[in-house]
Amino acid sequence: MGSVLKIILQRLALGILTLLIVSVVIFGAVNLLPGDFAESILGQGATPEAVASIRRDLGLDQPLITRYFDWLGGVVQGDLGTSFAQANFASFTGTTSGATTVAAQIAPRFANTMFLAAVTAVIAVPFAIILGVLAALYRNSVFDRAANIFTLTSISSPEFFLAYILILFLAVLNPIFPSLSNIYSGMAFSERLEKSMLPALVLTLVVTAHMMRMTRAAIINLLASPYIEMARLKGLSPMRVIVRHALPNALAPIINVIAINLAYLITGVVVVEVVFVYPGIGQLFVDSVKIRDIPVVQACCLIFAAAYILLNLTADIMSILSNPRMRHPK
Amino acid sequence: MSGLSRRGLLKTGVAAGVLGLSGMPLRAQTRGGKFTAGLSGANTSDSWDGRTHSDVFMIAAALGGVFDALTEVAADGSLQGELAESWEASADAKTWTFNLRQGVTFHNGKAFGADDVIESLQLHVAEGSKSAAQPLVAAITEMKKITEHQVQFTLEAGNADFPYLMSDYHLLMYPAGQIEEAIAKGIGTGLYEAVAFDPGVRFVGRRVASHYKGDSAGFFEEVELIAINDNTARMNALMTGQVDAINRIDFKAEALLRANPRVRLQEVTGNQHYTFPMLTQTAPFDDVNVRRALKYGINRQEMVDKILLGHGKVGNDSPIGPANQYYNADMEQLAYDPDKAKFYLQQAGMDSINIDLSASNAAFEGAVDAAQLYQAAAAPSGININVVQEPADGYWSNVWLKKPFCASYWTGRATEDWMFSSAYEAGVPWNDSQWDNARFQELLYAARAELDSDKRREQYYEMQQILRDDGGVIIPMFANFVQAVGSRIATPDVIGNTAQMDNNRMLERWSLA
Repeated sequence: MGSVLKIILQRLALGILTLLIVSVVIFGAVNLLPGDFAESILGQGATPEAVASIRRDLGLDQPLITRYFDWLGGVVQGDLGTSFAQANFASFTGTTSGATTVAAQIAPRFANTMFLAAVTAVIAVPFAIILGVLAALYRNSVFDRAANIFTLTSISSPEFFLAYILILFLAVLNPIFPSLSNIYSGMAFSERLEKSMLPALVLTLVVTAHMMRMTRAAIINLLASPYIEMARLKGLSPMRVIVRHALPNALAPIINVIAINLAYLITGVVVVEVVFVYPGIGQLFVDSVKIRDIPVVQACCLIFAAAYILLNLTADIMSILSNPRMRHPK
Repeated sequence: MSGLSRRGLLKTGVAAGVLGLSGMPLRAQTRGGKFTAGLSGANTSDSWDGRTHSDVFMIAAALGGVFDALTEVAADGSLQGELAESWEASADAKTWTFNLRQGVTFHNGKAFGADDVIESLQLHVAEGSKSAAQPLVAAITEMKKITEHQVQFTLEAGNADFPYLMSDYHLLMYPAGQIEEAIAKGIGTGLYEAVAFDPGVRFVGRRVASHYKGDSAGFFEEVELIAINDNTARMNALMTGQVDAINRIDFKAEALLRANPRVRLQEVTGNQHYTFPMLTQTAPFDDVNVRRALKYGINRQEMVDKILLGHGKVGNDSPIGPANQYYNADMEQLAYDPDKAKFYLQQAGMDSINIDLSASNAAFEGAVDAAQLYQAAAAPSGININVVQEPADGYWSNVWLKKPFCASYWTGRATEDWMFSSAYEAGVPWNDSQWDNARFQELLYAARAELDSDKRREQYYEMQQILRDDGGVIIPMFANFVQAVGSRIATPDVIGNTAQMDNNRMLERWSLA
């Protein structure tokens, strides 16, 4: 077990290094974009004095390096900084009202995104695995091909297209679900669930193919093994052979793929959130990029990167735990 | 009161403006119910600070929602009192006395009075203020509290439009001494009390139980504005009945909306116009003949048909539109005429000319396409336009006012003087053509302080002609405001045309059907 702990620590350290590199890249990239917060917020009404005054207030007149390390210093101490959008407003009145920190701005949005990811995962993971198992069981049948075509088509279509298709069939032609997912705090759970259903279904379509195909492939891979042949010779039913004998040994690659797809549910929701007006972190990210609100953009990117790193780490740990051979690498 | 036109109002109203709130006669309107609108133009940087307001979401939530201004432009264009009951000017239009409404309270119970007016206006000229209304308030040299409900303003120069300027959406009235709190929480004197506000996401307001506007406005019990910046999502929300109204219709989807029986389109022609300003201090645009050649080389009707898909009217290189009081509708229309364009080019001593035109869809939707149409239309006259596509980001800082010839837009202003002094007065920062015309300037100052409406009309008509013939801004089209409303909602017969969504006043004026 000690080696597992060591691997976790190693990977966490690497993860932090990755985050650091990501933050440099993001900071550089956002600053390469034409225009800055002062210009975008003032728009056509930007006079040189007003632009200069906002830049001074936000410290945008400082050199890039200084700003980066100021920001990094704060992050290391757990302070994600102050959102430009809210800071600008505060400087008008000379107060710092409650919701000005990036953390306070992101927290409710992140919770919403996690809610959507959870709803999607609850639908998508069992759906994909069952579909994969069935496809393996009836491989090369009409069912197998239909399932493959369906999932591959949905993963190959752009998300906004899937979203509009679902809106057309499930909201416009047959008003089953609302096309507007404007959830807010204080909303009843059932209503929240109903409003989140369409985006969750779109995300399900997007992530199912990957998980389903991996489940199918991993199981079929094992079906040629001698021990499976043994099980068959014992006279077990094909279903039992797959679920009891093949699936446990195929879990490692499946878990890996599930983890990657869960990470996608947090980081890849930008388009879906915009189409459904879902107030999650993806929409906040888009809004913030639009007005060049660098602290918020940075924080969102860090959250995205951290989600990937942590879920990948979890996937690795899980596959190590499910496969004793990997615990003792030679 | 009813039937008093904007013109008549200025005649009588300026000398002794006595205006109640009765406004236009209203049909019996249903009270109660909930109204939900899906609006674009929301941002995470939104707040209740009127100085920062620039788009329909916050303007509609504030004005006609949570806050009030001193005056209000009614749907028919007439000016009526809001927190001010009446006003009068000195003979030179330099000193204005406003009588404030009595018995008005803020949502937190504080009584409204003269101090609130003075302190709220001073916000815009405070040190380091980035208010877009700064020039309006800076023109006031002195604000004097005469009684608890009377304020006197002294202007640096006479301005007959002053009461109109006080209806500007930036000039919200806050409770004196509690302005920071009022901005943080949204405490005003408006019809709706702020219940929930999440910047860039949504606003919910509840009707104030007893309001000074009484039964004449604010018919909903609850109102909700949802930020939907995505065009398709906004339309879906209306089509599926999740919202009752949306703004900024995508013209390409118009047929779909028209096919839906539960939805109706609303369209008004106002002052919003799309422009191509050229820097008239820079060659070759310093030559009036080149400017004229360019004015005749553009096919305005084609642009209205192809860029606006018919939702607009051709412009005549004057920014004064149908929503203005002294709009010169009879002025001869500049028409597409390649021969005339060629003639003026020869007058300038040239057979052909090469010009860069900078455009980006940040200027207006379809600006790049419009520039290309211009290129094609001008080519036969020997005007070779090279369309330079600029990045949308930073367009207003890097291209507009800097490149000699570019695309731009103006939403228009409620008064002629305001429009002219924003973008055509010599030396003002937003004079995007750097244009300086002595006669125009002379008329501008004369008309500003002119209280005689007939004289003013003559002056403004002449100014529009000067702009058409000599000006450095090509205004090919006025773009309509097009919005859509669900059948649950009743709207008045006359819809305001100075801005979107009934002059941003839908929460105040609309009701359940």
